[in-house]
Amino acid sequence: MSPFTTWDIVRNLLFAAQWTVILSLVAFIGGGVVGLLMLFARTSKRVAARRLAILYIELFQGTPLLMQLFLFFFGLSLIGFNVPPWLAAGLALTLWTAAFLAEIWRGCVEAIPRGQWEASSSLAMSYFEQMRYVVLPQALRIAVPPTVGFSVQVVKATALTSIIGFVELSKASTMITNATFQPFVVYGFAALMYFALCWPLSKSSQLLERKLNVAHRNH
Amino acid sequence: MAYSLDFGALAEYAPIFAKGVAVTSELTLVGGVLGVGLGILCAWVRTDGPKALRPIVSLYVEVIRNTPFLIQLFFIFFGLPSIGVSLTEMQAAILAMVVNLGAYAAEIIRAGIEATPRGQFEAGASLAMTRLQIFRNVVLVPALQRIWPALSSQIIIVMFGSAVCSQIAVEDITFAANFIQSRNFRAFEAYIVATVLYLILALILRQIMRSLGTIIFPRRRVVR
Amino acid sequence: MSLIAITEVRKRFGDNEVLKGINLDVAAGEVIAIIGKSGSGKSTLLRCINGLETIDEGTILVAGAQLAPDELHLRALRLKVGMIFQSFNLFPHLTAGRNVMLSPMVVKKVPAKEAQAEAQARLEQVGLGHKFDAYPDELSGGQQQRVAIARALAMKPLALLCDEITSALDPELVNEVLQVVGKLAAEGMTLLMVTHEMRFAREVCDRVVFMHQGRVHEIGPPEEVFGAPKTLELQQFLGIA
Repeated sequence: MSPFTTWDIVRNLLFAAQWTVILSLVAFIGGGVVGLLMLFARTSKRVAARRLAILYIELFQGTPLLMQLFLFFFGLSLIGFNVPPWLAAGLALTLWTAAFLAEIWRGCVEAIPRGQWEASSSLAMSYFEQMRYVVLPQALRIAVPPTVGFSVQVVKATALTSIIGFVELSKASTMITNATFQPFVVYGFAALMYFALCWPLSKSSQLLERKLNVAHRNH
Repeated sequence: MAYSLDFGALAEYAPIFAKGVAVTSELTLVGGVLGVGLGILCAWVRTDGPKALRPIVSLYVEVIRNTPFLIQLFFIFFGLPSIGVSLTEMQAAILAMVVNLGAYAAEIIRAGIEATPRGQFEAGASLAMTRLQIFRNVVLVPALQRIWPALSSQIIIVMFGSAVCSQIAVEDITFAANFIQSRNFRAFEAYIVATVLYLILALILRQIMRSLGTIIFPRRRVVR
Repeated sequence: MSLIAITEVRKRFGDNEVLKGINLDVAAGEVIAIIGKSGSGKSTLLRCINGLETIDEGTILVAGAQLAPDELHLRALRLKVGMIFQSFNLFPHLTAGRNVMLSPMVVKKVPAKEAQAEAQARLEQVGLGHKFDAYPDELSGGQQQRVAIARALAMKPLALLCDEITSALDPELVNEVLQVVGKLAAEGMTLLMVTHEMRFAREVCDRVVFMHQGRVHEIGPPEEVFGAPKTLELQQFLGIA
């Protein structure tokens, strides 16, 4: 018999799950800020800014997140920083998240009718004023469901940081499995915890989207 | 500290990368074909199939979509042997990919099916077809055509996700990079090469999907 | 013995009763036009005969086959009556020829070669023999509707139900479709058609049914219905009141 009780396993997993939550929040908030900058660049009138944003988005969306994590982890140490896993994980996830959020939000901004841009520019607003006062407030409404939906991807993506040694739910699962030899139970509980984090987000994204569709139909 | 990149040091490991590309391709190809097949089956159950199976399929789709692929892979490879199901690394990786893609594909394809105009069902019915005959001959192909770009993107996402299969010693591209950097400590170069390989594979895969689309769907336009 | 026997058919959508006890017998070879305002229940009646809508009360018999909600009965019925829709409903991923071949092949298990010959013949019957390999989006609306007619004919139905089959067409395309239908009528096909083409109804039909508020309000030969409408509602509908 294993000296570990099921409660021991769950307790340790729950403790590690805190780090999954924290990392998710950091990546999501950081990614939101960087993503917003990228959104401005992507929808800007300047060709160079747009090209740069497209390159950024293509690079982060067009390569595996795991590679990005490795490159940050090893790359930053090359240029002289001794990066701990949490920093590489946080940075890589933030930039990865930003690329996806920028692209999701661009779709929302482009869903705003051209007339809104034309009307606001006829009122002598600058690009940033148009965005700030006219376009973004409208885009925000339709952006909420897909943004909440993407947060599920962020939570799941944090599992990859275990591979560069950040101790969160997945890494803890492997460590506990090695100590208890109960992979079925440990990974089963880990899956359950991820599910408990992600499913409410998925569901609320669906509900929000349905609500939005209904509201649109009644227009 | 001045560090100069040296890709030349990787030349001798080219065969290992080649093997990695072959394994990642195999994972994607087999996982993609079987995963889309499973997705079609699940989408059928959820839209037109036996009602008794619907809660089971819904549960499967929700569980897979709300847990990380890494955990799914570890559960299959490390967890299943304890209930008597032992798989090789490659079998476990392919199973995990099929199960994962199946759930996402099911949702994507379902959306395509639900966008089918009612008149198509009615036309099939008025020609005395059974529900299954209507699904197979009338609904499925236009539904797939509607969501083909989304499905293509999902297969590429799953290919990127397959990088974690290196963690159960499947000798894919990531495994090759891990192996090489442990030998020559040229980690950054090794992962740059691996990243570029994934990038190229994704471009090829997208082209394959596009060509496949023009073969399966001879008409560019789907009637509203 | 009538080919289609409709007895005391009632149909409700929620609280709204759209068919309030319909009785109608159609003899083999008869051509019947159903006219009436939108919402009078005429399309619903047609869709009930093909089992696309279930009925709440009454019976519908087609050549002895009774309408029942299970798939077996429905399919037996649908093998006897074909249906043409307002919006054509061709299968967009199949060529005109394949559209016509599909159902004989999957439902009747007709070998491909035979089905192809049959499809070619049916397309020629509607004047589209040269469009076998064209996809629906390469055809005009009138041509699409003619393919839809060929598709229904390939199942060798005893009767055809036509649900406003020219309503979605541009005016200049209406005639080519009506010509095909007129030819079918002349060849003895049993036709039950909901239509707004009064002139066509007058020239081609044996009987005209005027539906009003879910009931058969007036019925008779076209010269009577159009020439001497008895009720105020029909007079109003025809614009002569």
